[in-house]
Amino acid sequence: MTQPPLPTGKGALELQDLVKNYGAEPVVNHVSASIRPGEFFSLLGPSGSGKTTTLMMIAGFVSPDSGAIRMDGADLTRVPAERRGLGMVFQNYAIFPHLNVFENVAFPLRARRVAETEIRARVKDALGLVQLDRYATRYARQLSGGQQQRVAIARAIVYHPPVVLMDEPLGALDKNLRYDMQMELKDIQQRLGMTVVYVTHDQEEAMNLSDRIAIMNHGRIEQAGEPGTIYETPANAFVARFLGEANLIPGTIETTQSDEALLVTPAGLRLRAPTGDARPGQPASLFIRPEKLSLTATTGNVLAGTVRRRSFLGNIIRLSVEVAADTNLTVDLANTGVEPPAPGATTTVAWPVGDGVYLTQ
Amino acid sequence: MTRPQTTLLLLPALLMLVLVFAAPLGWFFVQTLLRDPDAGPLWPQIVSVVTSRAVLQAIVTTNWISLLVTATVLVLGYPVAYYLANRSGVRFTLVIFCIVVPYFTSIIVRTYSWMVLLGTDGLINDALVWMGIIQTPLKLLYNQFAIVIGMTYVLLPYMVLTLYAAMKSIDTNLLRAARGMGASGPMTFFRIYLPLSLHGVISGALIVFILSIGFFITPALMGGPSDVMIAMLIERSVEITLDWSSAAVMSLLLLAVTLVLYAIYYRLTDIRRLMGA
Repeated sequence: MTQPPLPTGKGALELQDLVKNYGAEPVVNHVSASIRPGEFFSLLGPSGSGKTTTLMMIAGFVSPDSGAIRMDGADLTRVPAERRGLGMVFQNYAIFPHLNVFENVAFPLRARRVAETEIRARVKDALGLVQLDRYATRYARQLSGGQQQRVAIARAIVYHPPVVLMDEPLGALDKNLRYDMQMELKDIQQRLGMTVVYVTHDQEEAMNLSDRIAIMNHGRIEQAGEPGTIYETPANAFVARFLGEANLIPGTIETTQSDEALLVTPAGLRLRAPTGDARPGQPASLFIRPEKLSLTATTGNVLAGTVRRRSFLGNIIRLSVEVAADTNLTVDLANTGVEPPAPGATTTVAWPVGDGVYLTQ
Repeated sequence: MTRPQTTLLLLPALLMLVLVFAAPLGWFFVQTLLRDPDAGPLWPQIVSVVTSRAVLQAIVTTNWISLLVTATVLVLGYPVAYYLANRSGVRFTLVIFCIVVPYFTSIIVRTYSWMVLLGTDGLINDALVWMGIIQTPLKLLYNQFAIVIGMTYVLLPYMVLTLYAAMKSIDTNLLRAARGMGASGPMTFFRIYLPLSLHGVISGALIVFILSIGFFITPALMGGPSDVMIAMLIERSVEITLDWSSAAVMSLLLLAVTLVLYAIYYRLTDIRRLMGA
């Protein structure tokens, strides 16, 4: 019997037109992506968007109906999971309850028939990396959620796989611990230079960790790119809304110039934004993030409105301002100690023309 | 509902248990061992019964047959339970039906049907002779082989259902994780699946063994003259030799062993709960 190889590749991953149907239902619908070596790549989407199924296809637990998966040029599509040589961190950690921490972390090495002395050295290194040196003889039930998480990570990286797959690994942790673990995870990933494919439904987590994010919905990648790019210039309304609060003002493009286009809303508002793909006569929505809106600026798009609601969210204060019948804009103000206008007060809302984006899909 | 009120719900069952089990049993022991003027003091009675040749032989036979049955049931039951734990829908229903329906059928009926199959003029011998594989019928009935077959058939559901429950509680993610980390199928089974199902194996084996050592009907009907199990000896003492004090000592012994094994079984499930499984 041959053992799975100790990895030597660099971890470039190519997903080519992956399709998976369950019955008549397409769960993954023509997904393609090129993941670079050493990249932290997240699949972000709501539940049922196909992100976990995509990850399971990369892992080899689900076989695609069509399409191909390549790692460093080698076709993995029909290679069984145990011979792909990938690291994997499961959603609920999947720590073996009958093995202690040491044996859990040693498991992938034992599967590769690594010599006992080397196993000891490597497990020690991996546990050191996740700061669990002193817990080697404990069992999962004696560990906190965060510690179990660290065991799962140590176990996934102990044999230095070029690619580590993570399925919502921090989903079960509370918010503070989660942020700390994100930092550690990113640190480990960069130190080892490994490729990580990361599944999450938490957009903040994805933006914090990722070099690039693929936003998934209904089995398709809606948009892939660097966190800043897709946040500032989403390709469509779904991406715009999924990554955070978004104002989307529907209307019709009236005129276009070389760099800006004019949108007229049903209520008669006339707004400007960079032209992009917009063509005259086309229906479009003007997208603008709430934190780009100002109550004090007097240039760019300036609208008069009435404050309808005010919510205190801690670091920001969120206002809902009615600028026309049926058109409410969400405005996020930094909590700087200046008292924002109360509901019922009239105000202006303004934003620089260059901050808006036309979504034409 | 408060605690005392819910405890009242147990009362009818408790009353029933005391009236038809505990009280007659206690009365039986007291009458035969302590009140019987011919019997003499208690301890010598116990020693003489336990060291008698017939009883020692029966204890050996009982343990041997129970071990054989437990091992056979385990070997047959493990794959079936594994199949059930990994299937759903029609196939699951069909197999569970086949396992459970005999469970609800009278043991006597099932034992007689095995006798019809295994007898000298039974279905199996007739078929083998007809096919020319053998010339004279094999002796398939009235020996240990027949007892083990009959008891295995009766006790299989206990093992399968116990193992099924244990296997169903195994997180399939653990198996995926093992495969994903490079473990082969056999390694995943021996290092992960088998250890995680082991408590089911032990529980199932204990249940089957406990039930085996008290078995009466199947060994009485399918066994040979030398295959006397302890329950049969008790019955003979009561019905044929009218030696009630021997019967009482043997019953006490059987009850004690059963309770000890049950205590182990109980501790085992308790430990499992402590482990958070």
